[in-house]
Amino acid sequence: MDLTLLPDGGMRWLDASGPKSTIVLSTRIRLARNVRGIPFSQRAKDADRKAVLDRVQEAAAASDHLSSAVAFHLDEMERPERQLLHERHLISKELAGLERESPPRPGAALLVQDQVGVMVNEEDHLRLHGMWSGFDLEDAYAAVESVDGELGKLIPFAFHPEFGYLTSCPTNAGTGLRASVLIHLPGLVLTKEINKVLQGLSQVGLTFRGLYGEGSEVVGNFFQLSNQTTLGKTEDELIDHLGKIVRQVVEYEEQARDVLLRTAPEEVEDKTWRAYGLLKHARRLTFEETMNLLSGVRLGVGLKLLPGPGVYTLNKLLIYTQLAHLAAMDGRSTGDRELPTVRAAFVRRLLEDEPNVEPR
Amino acid sequence: MLCDNCKERDAIINLTQVEHDSKVTLHLCEQCAQLKGVETGGAVLKTPLGGFLTALGKGGGGALVPTPADGVRCPSCGSTLRDFRDSGRLGCDQCYATFDAHLRDLLRRLHGSSQHVGERYEAPGDLDGAGGGSAADPRSHLLELKAQLRRAVEGENFELAAELRDRIRVLE
Repeated sequence: MDLTLLPDGGMRWLDASGPKSTIVLSTRIRLARNVRGIPFSQRAKDADRKAVLDRVQEAAAASDHLSSAVAFHLDEMERPERQLLHERHLISKELAGLERESPPRPGAALLVQDQVGVMVNEEDHLRLHGMWSGFDLEDAYAAVESVDGELGKLIPFAFHPEFGYLTSCPTNAGTGLRASVLIHLPGLVLTKEINKVLQGLSQVGLTFRGLYGEGSEVVGNFFQLSNQTTLGKTEDELIDHLGKIVRQVVEYEEQARDVLLRTAPEEVEDKTWRAYGLLKHARRLTFEETMNLLSGVRLGVGLKLLPGPGVYTLNKLLIYTQLAHLAAMDGRSTGDRELPTVRAAFVRRLLEDEPNVEPR
Repeated sequence: MLCDNCKERDAIINLTQVEHDSKVTLHLCEQCAQLKGVETGGAVLKTPLGGFLTALGKGGGGALVPTPADGVRCPSCGSTLRDFRDSGRLGCDQCYATFDAHLRDLLRRLHGSSQHVGERYEAPGDLDGAGGGSAADPRSHLLELKAQLRRAVEGENFELAAELRDRIRVLE
C-alpha cells in the first residue's frame, strides 16, 4: 500500500480551511447504496462480493469523478495498514476487519479520489463518503451526491418507490444519508451543560457518537453529531435540520466559553497553558491523555489565550498520534510498549516546528 | 463467561433456581436459556436494531417479533424474518418486498414514516424495460395508491389516508 498516492493522505480536511474550524473539525457525508439483485453483505457469497467490486471498479473507471481513484484491496493488506486507513476515517472499523482475527473477506475495498471515497462490500455494497474541513454540509453533500449520481447511472442501485434506497439495515433505508459533524465542545463539558445539549439532540432526531462514529467512546471532548433517521424527509431537509441544530450547538459552545472567561479566566488560562506545557515536554504520552491535552490547547487557541499552535497542527496531531500511524512512522508493531515514548517525541517535534508560541 | 450448558457461547443470562432447598445459579447463553424454557426477550434487545429501538424508548415492542410469519422465506435470498430479527440485517433487496408489511411498520417506528420523499432514482436500463423490477410502473402504482386512499377514507382510517395522500403527492 502506498498512501503517498493520496494527496494529503486522503485528509485534506485537516487543513482547517473550512468555516468554524476551531470548533467544528470536519463535516462528513455518507450515502449507503446497494447493487440491485445481488444479496446484501450478510448473505453475499465471495462470488457476489467480487461481482460488486468488479461493477464498482468498472463504473469508477468510466466515471469523471473516480476515474483516477486509488484502490485499496483490504483483503490483501496487513492489519496495521488497514488500521491506518481506519485512523484516517477513510474506512470503518468493520470494513478494516479490526474486530476479527481473520483478514477481511475478498471484495472488501476502498476507492478514493480527492476528498470522496467509496467503501465497497461494507455493511452495504457501496458506502460513498466525503469529509470536508470545518462546518460545511453543503459542499460535502454536493461532492458526494455528484459521485452518487454518476455511479447510479452506471450501476443499477436497489431502489423501491415507497422505501427509497434499500439498505442492509432498515435504519439507513430511504435516503441512505448520514450527515455528521465532528465538533469540539470543551466549554459545554466544563460548564456541565453538555448533558442537557446531548439529551436535547435525541429529542430533535439527532444522535451523537465518539471520534470514530458508531460504538466509539467520546475522548478529548470531541463529539460526532449526526441525523438519526434517513426516511420520510428529503436529503435537503435532513441536512438543513442538522445544520440548524449544529449552528445552535456552536452558539451554546461559544456562550459557554464566554461564561468560562468571565467567571474563571485564570483557571482557564492556567488549564490551557498546562496542557500545552505537558504536550511540549512530556516524555511519554498515552493516546487518551494526548487527546485530552489537545482539547485543552485547542480551547486555549480558540479563546486566544494561547497564541498557537495553529489549528492545522492540532488536527494533524489528532490523526498522527494514533497507534497505527506512530507504529508505521517508527517502523514498530502496533503492540510495541515504547509507543507512548514515540508519541511524546513526535508531539514535541511537531510543536517545536510551530513558531511564535512563547508565554506572554 | 461461557455458557454452563453448551460451553461454547457467551453466557448472557443468570438463571437462579431453587433445587432441594439450595440455590443454584446457571449462566446460560440465549439459545440454551430458550431450550430451558426461559423467556429471554434478549433476542430483540441484543441486535443493533434492538439497541436502536431501545434508545428510542420503544424497545421490546411486540411488532418486532411477528412470530406467525417467521417461517416465510424471501424467494430471492432465502432469509426469514427470524434471520432478520437475529442479525438486524436483511438478506437482499427483495426482502423489502417479501416482508413489506412488517418492514413498513418497523420503518414507521424507526423513522416516523415509511415513505421515501427524497431523491427519486431511476436505474440504468429501466427505461428500455431491461430492469430487474425494483421500480414497478409508476402509473399503475399511483392508481393502486389512489384506490387504497379511497378505501381508507371510506373506512375512516384517516391516519392511513393522510399517509397515502402524501405518497400520491410525491408520485404525482
